[in-house]
Amino acid sequence: MKALIFSLRSFGRELRSGEVLVLLSAVVLAVGALTAVGFLTDRIGKAVARQANEVLAADLRLRSQEPVPDSWREQALSYGLRTANMVAFPSVVYADESSALTTVLAVGDGYPLRGTVRIADRLFGEELEANGVPRPGEVWADGSLLARTDASVGDTVEVGAATLRVSAVVTYRPDQSIGFASLAPTLLMNEADLAATDLIGVGSRVRYSLLVAGNDEAVAEFNAAIEDELPDSLRLRSAEESSERAFAAADRAQRFLSLTAVISLLLSAVAIAMSARRFAQRRMDTVALMKSLGATQSFVITVAMIQLVMVGVIGVAIGSVIGFAAETTLSWLLADIIAGDLPDPGFTPVVLASGSALVLLVGFALPSLIQLRNTPPLRVLRHDAMPPAPSRLLVAGLALAAVAALLYRSVGDARMLVIVLGGIIAIAGALYAVGRGLVGTMGRFRSGVGVAWRYGLANVARRGRASAVQVVAFGLGLTVLLLLTLVRTDLLEGWRQTLDENAPNQFLINIQPHETESVAGIFEAREILPPDFSPLVRARMIEINGTGVKERSYPDPGGEWFANREQNLSFASTLSDSNEILEGEWWPEDYSGPPLVSIEEEAAMETGLGLGDVLRFEVAGQTVEATIASVRTINWDSFQPNFFLVFSPGALADFPTTYIASMRVEQHERPALVELVRKHPTISVIDLDSILRQVRGIIEKASLAVQAVFFFTLAAGIAVLFAAVQSTIDERRFESAMLRALGAKKRIVFSGVMAEFAALGAAAGLLASAGASVLAAIVAIELFNLPYSFNPMLWVVGMAAGIVVVCASGFFAARSAINSAPVDILRGAGA
Amino acid sequence: MSNQEEGSKTVLAAQELTKQVSSPEGTLTILSDVSFQVGAGESVAIIGASGAGKSTLLALLAGLDLPTEGYVTLNGNNLGQLDEDGRARIRAESVGFVFQSFHLVPSLNALENVMLPLELAGNADPRKAASAIIDKVGLKDRWSHYPAQLSGGEKQRVAIARAFATEPAVLFADEPTGNLDARTGEKIMQLMFELNQSSSTTLVLVTHDSALAERCDRVISLDAGKLVSDERAAA
Ligand SMILES: Nc1ncnc2c1ncn2[C@@H]1O[C@H](COP(=O)(O)OP(=O)(O)O)[C@@H](O)[C@H]1O
Ligand SMILES: [Mg+2]
Repeated sequence: MKALIFSLRSFGRELRSGEVLVLLSAVVLAVGALTAVGFLTDRIGKAVARQANEVLAADLRLRSQEPVPDSWREQALSYGLRTANMVAFPSVVYADESSALTTVLAVGDGYPLRGTVRIADRLFGEELEANGVPRPGEVWADGSLLARTDASVGDTVEVGAATLRVSAVVTYRPDQSIGFASLAPTLLMNEADLAATDLIGVGSRVRYSLLVAGNDEAVAEFNAAIEDELPDSLRLRSAEESSERAFAAADRAQRFLSLTAVISLLLSAVAIAMSARRFAQRRMDTVALMKSLGATQSFVITVAMIQLVMVGVIGVAIGSVIGFAAETTLSWLLADIIAGDLPDPGFTPVVLASGSALVLLVGFALPSLIQLRNTPPLRVLRHDAMPPAPSRLLVAGLALAAVAALLYRSVGDARMLVIVLGGIIAIAGALYAVGRGLVGTMGRFRSGVGVAWRYGLANVARRGRASAVQVVAFGLGLTVLLLLTLVRTDLLEGWRQTLDENAPNQFLINIQPHETESVAGIFEAREILPPDFSPLVRARMIEINGTGVKERSYPDPGGEWFANREQNLSFASTLSDSNEILEGEWWPEDYSGPPLVSIEEEAAMETGLGLGDVLRFEVAGQTVEATIASVRTINWDSFQPNFFLVFSPGALADFPTTYIASMRVEQHERPALVELVRKHPTISVIDLDSILRQVRGIIEKASLAVQAVFFFTLAAGIAVLFAAVQSTIDERRFESAMLRALGAKKRIVFSGVMAEFAALGAAAGLLASAGASVLAAIVAIELFNLPYSFNPMLWVVGMAAGIVVVCASGFFAARSAINSAPVDILRGAGA
Repeated sequence: MSNQEEGSKTVLAAQELTKQVSSPEGTLTILSDVSFQVGAGESVAIIGASGAGKSTLLALLAGLDLPTEGYVTLNGNNLGQLDEDGRARIRAESVGFVFQSFHLVPSLNALENVMLPLELAGNADPRKAASAIIDKVGLKDRWSHYPAQLSGGEKQRVAIARAFATEPAVLFADEPTGNLDARTGEKIMQLMFELNQSSSTTLVLVTHDSALAERCDRVISLDAGKLVSDERAAA
């Protein structure tokens, strides 16, 4: 009770004292930053995932060869989910004289559950969002179906026994990449007309789908509930299987967001750790005094705990308000990225962030505060009398436990947790070791520099352990910020290529050799750059180094599959610019020797093949043998035709060859494609435009999200480092007053303090650059599957950032110390 | 200036006190075999050059630190036999302190600083008792001021008020004028002796100022950790 009164009485005043304020700010900042980052990552993560789900036109699809029993639909409805039916089957569609093999899609109300269908009122007309599905009696046709059958909007087509009117051209369907392999054009009709077609019966190849969508939890619950009960005839499909490319982009964005969450957590930990340390240290004098006045250990500890609790409560209260404001502002700013039907900013992120900040507070402050009770009262007479340092095991254990518990939430699985935590400990340990060394060496330079630097460097060296701790803390903070910068740059650079506006958007396949000239002519006549044609020869691999492919063993099941499947071989004299040679050499342009082959890296790895291995293929009853001369990587994001196996020119000259090509066709140039399919009905044109647009949509959102989260985390991180520097200012404050009392000019003292900060900042920056380089390499390769490129600028940026951040925050802290009259500070020391 | 009578009850006794500390150069004996007794109401000055061991002795007498050998009895309690909380309780009940560098709690105002030991000792109406003594030290109008708003002399007045507030059996003062100019120091000492007399507290005053020491009943001098003389003032 006495303790409570005492704590309350002194707290208001102590709030104004540096250490309480800094600890409080650290807590406020941690709550605010964790809330905002948590909110952003959660929200954007969901938005990106939802966008990726568009490729399914739903969150989940149940597929079957037979009608999906109604019980599944009812079960989905009972989870509060929306559903829609879809029936797909191949059929020849007739229009007047002409006909075309078509994939007919009969859809029910509600389709699509995710994304929208876009239609136009004529071929290549202006597109608009479709409202609902085709009315009974009407159909919406693919442009290529109309082109092939020479029909237009308003005409009627026959689908089985039904005659239906074409009321629109479909320009975009969210789920059009599903069944991409079936190259037939599609026709969208209302499920009510299905019976009239008479096409659904025994022996027909029909696929039934039940589309399901709703809020995330409900979908997950439904998914979990039905997963094990599904009969063999029913298959569950998620977005991930449906569009790997779109999903990969979303997945990388998610990983980046998780990384950001981890980083903001670590930054908060650094800030709270630094200020908690100082909080406990500054309590010592008061504790010693109270003990000399007769306070017991339990009284002392109770007071400290109450104050810690008050810091926690007030910090969380203010932090929550800031966090909530940040949430609201961010969701307003990012309204575009965040899909409308996601839940509004809520209390969950605030509560989670507050909990995290409190765990950190307890984890980092408790051991030193408990140890306060052992402060010798002798300290009132001898200022160097200290409590014994708390057990390192306890300090490290509790801090680690706190960080681990929180990390587990963002990291998710135990293995990752061990890796991340191990990485942090290793880096902190290395930082500490190198930091001590660096601090030690710095002292030696002081003879060769001016008075200000001498004073600064001498201070760094004298405060050896404390300096090293500061270097580690700043270094760790900078490391994660640099890491974030590096990963972001790599990620965006990788995506930029996919976003390339000039990327090919049309694939032409099945072009006969004699058709290439005529095809090129169609485009040239319209002044469109004609495509490059790549030859394609279908073959089977039969032997590797004289052993049959079936007899061989492979390092990876993927390799066995690769060796046994039908191969699309190509040949070329020059290397495609989306390829890069890893091993061996590409043949000269005029090469005419024995057949050589170049193999893609992953295929080589999985089949266990390398330079010099000899492959034998069977092509149309004949065989051909080639030696592996190089291993390549392929950038699949380039949307250019690419082949796992490319032969030297001439090697495949005698075999039946078709050509494929990719090219860019702008919207207004599309009539060329209509002419192409009419003149060459056997050539298939695959329109990648809408898929590209879809992938781009996801990537654009993901990039924007990554940028927003990055800048926010960066700002929060710098603020946190600022707070950390403030927490080291006390001792400097007193010393500089002393120096000035001794007659040193303000400017000299100030330069001295700044020199000390600059030295600490440079050391931290140096360590951070090293740490970030190593981490970035690991993260790029392990987490993002990106190639890692060493960046020497990083070291310059790291050092500069260290000096600037530490000096700038030191500047503000030191200025107030140096501007107050020395007498106040010196007198204040003996309050 | 004496209110002590020969043979009165002993409140404070040092018995063969020795204090050793370990230093990089080996064990250092900073206090060696010091014994004396102080009777109730007596005022004792401890003098000696800087580094003689005065503060060390004071710390042992007040139970702020424990001797390597020997023991201290304070108000009938052997401090060596008590644990830290036990010694704290004795201090709360029967000890007051005045320090060279004041040692006020910066986050509490003058009145609250004076209330602190009263509350720790379980006084029923700490505010009233504290106000009364604040008046006595002449800070009636400044009770609500925080330490940072007070001059050195005023701070020491607050410290004196705090020391006397619990009416301790023994008051320890370690160079109470060390941080003050001569005139203020003089006034502060005046105040201390007045309060000491009116409350019949035992005073143990560490100083290196021999003029100040003269005003005490008895002067104990230390040199290099050894008691070299123990003289009563000529009455
Ligand atoms: N814990 C300690 N460690 C090392 N030396 C100490 C310690 N305590 C006191 N001393 C030394 O003992 C001597 C006496 O100190 P002190 O009692 O403070 O002297 P005084 O108060 O008489 O000036 C000094 O030389 C001081 O440095
Ligand atoms: Mg002393």
